[in-house]
Amino acid sequence: MQGIKPIYKKELSDHFSSYRFLILFALIAMVSMITAYMVGMSISKELKDIAKPKFVFLMLFTSSGAWFSLVQFVAFFGPLIGLILGFDTINRERNEGTLSKLLSQPIYRDAVINAKFLAGLTVVAIMMASIVLLISALGLIMIGVIPGQEECVRIFIYLIVSIMYLAFWLEVAILFSILFRSVATSALAGLAMWIFFSFFISLGASAIANSLTVDANDNNSDALVLRTKIETTINLLSPMELYTDSTTIIINPMRKTTRTLVQMGMMEQLSMSRFSGPLPLSQSILVVMPYFIFLIAITVVFFAFSYVAFMRQEIRSL
Amino acid sequence: MELKTVIETKELTKIYNTQIAVDRLTFKVYESEIFGFLGPNGAGKTTTLLMILGLTEPTTGTVQVLDVNPVREPLKVKRFIGYLPENMGFYRDLNAWESLRFVAELNGLPRQVAEERIVDALRCVDMLKDANKKIEAYSRGMRQRLGIAEVLVKNPKIAFLDEPTLGLDPDATNRMMGLIKELSKEKHMTVLLSSHLLHQAQKICDRVGIMINGRMVAQGAMDQLAEEKLGVGKETYTLEEIYMKYFQEA
Ligand SMILES: Nc1ncnc2c1ncn2[C@@H]1O[C@H](COP(=O)(O)OP(=O)(O)OP(=O)(O)O)[C@@H](O)[C@H]1O
Ligand SMILES: [Mg+2]
Repeated sequence: MQGIKPIYKKELSDHFSSYRFLILFALIAMVSMITAYMVGMSISKELKDIAKPKFVFLMLFTSSGAWFSLVQFVAFFGPLIGLILGFDTINRERNEGTLSKLLSQPIYRDAVINAKFLAGLTVVAIMMASIVLLISALGLIMIGVIPGQEECVRIFIYLIVSIMYLAFWLEVAILFSILFRSVATSALAGLAMWIFFSFFISLGASAIANSLTVDANDNNSDALVLRTKIETTINLLSPMELYTDSTTIIINPMRKTTRTLVQMGMMEQLSMSRFSGPLPLSQSILVVMPYFIFLIAITVVFFAFSYVAFMRQEIRSL
Repeated sequence: MELKTVIETKELTKIYNTQIAVDRLTFKVYESEIFGFLGPNGAGKTTTLLMILGLTEPTTGTVQVLDVNPVREPLKVKRFIGYLPENMGFYRDLNAWESLRFVAELNGLPRQVAEERIVDALRCVDMLKDANKKIEAYSRGMRQRLGIAEVLVKNPKIAFLDEPTLGLDPDATNRMMGLIKELSKEKHMTVLLSSHLLHQAQKICDRVGIMINGRMVAQGAMDQLAEEKLGVGKETYTLEEIYMKYFQEA
């Protein structure tokens, strides 16, 4: 489609030459090093005198060391990276008067948002890939374990899902940059959205579930199960929840389901742990697929919103 | 000699919420003329240009640009119209070369052609020696000239210049107007020029249209309008006199 390539090229070079990108990158490099160090230390201490369990390498990403694991970090702060890369894409051009000039060239209007999204996606992909590579490299040095083939595949899938997760937030930011003229407003709207989807929904989910199933107690297991069902369903609306659920399964093969089981007695727990081998890769993918698809689906929905909003918008210079 | 019609609007209307910005506008622009688009602030000049360019959808009415309907085929129309917006912006951390190259790429020009056109355009607006400076270091006049260069890179059949002399000093204004005249004569470009400088417009325009409150109250060659409004046989007249006459009547 005419116009995508030059705009993509320009956006990308804008990103790479901006301080914003440099600072984000420095931040990410720091975080990766901290996580790798933290986790590396604790793993090598724990594994000192015992036989190495399977999937040690993956623990670099999931084990939380002193403070947090990488998976937690990305789930929590990843959205901000997406938002920061996109919150002023369209409205800055509008305010500077370059948008009307751009659109008076023979290009399709959606080429502008497509190219900007693709450029942001590229940046996000580069960032995530470098975090993962950095942590792997540092981990390799610190714990001295080489990842197996399956572990590599799992890490790769984790990378793809993470990129999609950030892409969702990038798309949200682009939508707000179309809807709001003021750069500050769109940044704020993005932030509000982040808090809503990441924290409010999961809090709200348990509140709603509790109020709908007041009669749930230890003797009423049906209601308890219903409560959990309601809660997980509402939680599915939260990208953060989708992301955490899918990535933990991919990168932590010992987990077999995204759900937490209700009402586990002592004996149940015992019998559970006796059968807790790692989930095969193909099974993990199967469990994760719906989450991943849902994540893509909500991104597409937001993309459609921004497409419609942008196509209908009046373009005037100032 | 029958002149070829380049732009033709019929009953073109644009309504914003409740406000009528352009009111049943019908006019024609002929090939390689300079058409002066005059009128007070808020008359609807910019809105009309945007509708012809396909950037804004008309509420009712039709536009034809060289037999193309900009509502249906905006891309085609944008290919042969070069537009200089009234408050044009630039990517400030590019220099003139990069900025022009970007325009050329958006128009899908092959590299070789693009480089030649860019040098030509820069020479035309006398910017060759400043072309390596970043745009944020440009003065108002330089930006305005770069804007013209961006139009020229497209090598358009039609140029829409929305107040190209905004904020220029008298000498720069003269030179800008001279340049526009030259371009229209040398490259046979049709120019639609919106301006508030009547004295300047009088010098270079072949025909003018006067718009007030969204309506085109007069259009035609200047001596023809002078004859109508100021009486037959008046030897010397200024566009300003004609304009004020219409303005008072409205
Ligand atoms: N987005 C909008 N929403 C509502 N009204 C608008 C909008 N854009 C323009 N208008 C109105 O349309 C009318 C025509 O505006 P336009 O910009 O076309 O005038 P103009 O002739 O170019 O004026 P100027 O000489 O000041 O540039 C004005 O009265 C303006 O208030
Ligand atoms: Mg105007």
